[in-house]
Amino acid sequence: MTSSLCTRQNLSDRKSLWDLVAAAGLPARRIIADADGSVELAKLDGGTTLDIHPDACRDASVLILAKQQKSAALAALELDGIARRIILCPPDLAPSHLPLVIADAQAQLALTDHASPQSSTLPLHKCGLSVSRIRQTHNRNTRTEWVLFTSGTTGRPKMLVHTLETLTGPIDDGLRVAHDAVWSTFYDIRRYGGLQILLRALVGGGAMILSEPSEAVAAFLTRAGEYGVTHISGTPSHWRRALMSDAANRMNPAYVRLSGEVVDQAILNALRQAYPKADIAHAYASTEAGVAFDVRDGRAGFPASLIGDPHAKAQMRIQDGSLWIKSTRIAEGYAGNSTTLAGEDGFVDTGDMVVLDGDRYYFVGRRQGIINVGGQKVHPEEVEAIINQHPGVQMCLVKARPSPITGAIVVADIVVKPGLHFESIQPEIIDHCRAALPAHKIPALMRPVSSLDVGVAGKINRNA
Amino acid sequence: MTVRETIIGEIQSVAANQGKTLAPLTDGLPLLESGLDSLCIAIIVAVLDDKLGIDPFSGATEAPFPVTLSDFIALYEAKSV
Repeated sequence: MTSSLCTRQNLSDRKSLWDLVAAAGLPARRIIADADGSVELAKLDGGTTLDIHPDACRDASVLILAKQQKSAALAALELDGIARRIILCPPDLAPSHLPLVIADAQAQLALTDHASPQSSTLPLHKCGLSVSRIRQTHNRNTRTEWVLFTSGTTGRPKMLVHTLETLTGPIDDGLRVAHDAVWSTFYDIRRYGGLQILLRALVGGGAMILSEPSEAVAAFLTRAGEYGVTHISGTPSHWRRALMSDAANRMNPAYVRLSGEVVDQAILNALRQAYPKADIAHAYASTEAGVAFDVRDGRAGFPASLIGDPHAKAQMRIQDGSLWIKSTRIAEGYAGNSTTLAGEDGFVDTGDMVVLDGDRYYFVGRRQGIINVGGQKVHPEEVEAIINQHPGVQMCLVKARPSPITGAIVVADIVVKPGLHFESIQPEIIDHCRAALPAHKIPALMRPVSSLDVGVAGKINRNA
Repeated sequence: MTVRETIIGEIQSVAANQGKTLAPLTDGLPLLESGLDSLCIAIIVAVLDDKLGIDPFSGATEAPFPVTLSDFIALYEAKSV
């Protein structure tokens, strides 16, 4: 009795994303813009960018399958508090995975801005249209689930169920932001890191300038400068690329944020030099566990004092060398999979390994050997399986080679079958990888080796 | 082969392997407009490290950010003498 009353009360108290946007005010400067133009948030007050009334999506699980980030951002804003689930499909979702996604996420209808969308068995509606007037939606009390995909993982897409509450939890981090901030990110907003920035813009009263994958870096930086972007985020690889552009100085941000990859001192120093007036912070987050912390002292790594602080919003501990996190920002679970994220004590193992050096911890890579190429994750086993399909390959080991440009690149050591020459089959192996894998997963360098160390369990020794 | 020739050769070879169309490789060409993406540049830097024994980008606290092709080549030429 008490608990159901409590639930009902929470529901009626719930603030939807639109409620939070409207509460922050709707002056004309509040826009979501991309390279094609901008939409004033005020226009959504009694307006929609969909070809159906948002109420038609009430309590439905809605697949947002948009080409443009702007279409997806506006659809999510319109449907939070109305739909049961918003499934934010990333732009690189393979069409072959769509049936699995639909089944696992229990999608009931799809929204798209393509003229010819990927084949979908769901009822299809349009998003990303110019705003049309509709009768006002009053009831936005549904506790909408936001389904996000983990970045660049192999095989069956992993989908995590968040809510507006878990997603906006990190915004209360003490960062002082002017109410008229203009936010931007190199990330796609359908990734956790990008969505964080969109939500900060929407909830905090700011505007949001979206990047565009097909846009040259210089064009994006110029556009960011023209819109007066004040707060901008990206991975270290994004920033290295930005700093290699002569347009880097066309914007003058007050806040520069890095996340998604290990941050080294060189990129922090280079950003300090490029943007002397900016506050530079690097955040640690994962789609599963949310944002754990951000570091604002301009140094790589993070202070050891963050570990074990019981008053921290995200509690952290080190166990078996990896970082464990407990916070209210952790995803509620996986869609279509009952595996729980956190252990009984509420801590999630991030799998990110750290070492203590003096008074700071530094990230040293992933436990399972996942390779991070410019923010995109690569499972070595997936690449090894493809190489091993070649009839001339005996065995191979795929591993990371550190790169000052993308953090890491993928390389392979290959043992060829007796009597064969590596040089004669290498072009075929490369062609085979190209047919099966995206560019960042294909070993950039391959070298022949006479043997690989196999451990007692019959597995290749990855640390040899 | 000079350092410059080695670098140009590797740029052409990586671009071909990655299916990228290169702009004419003039000195003033901005690297980001050359047709090479970050992954291509990362591969070129790794290959040049193996071939020349030079990696001008891996400083502990400082890293250069070359804008043009000639900036990029100059980083290697400066370390090879």
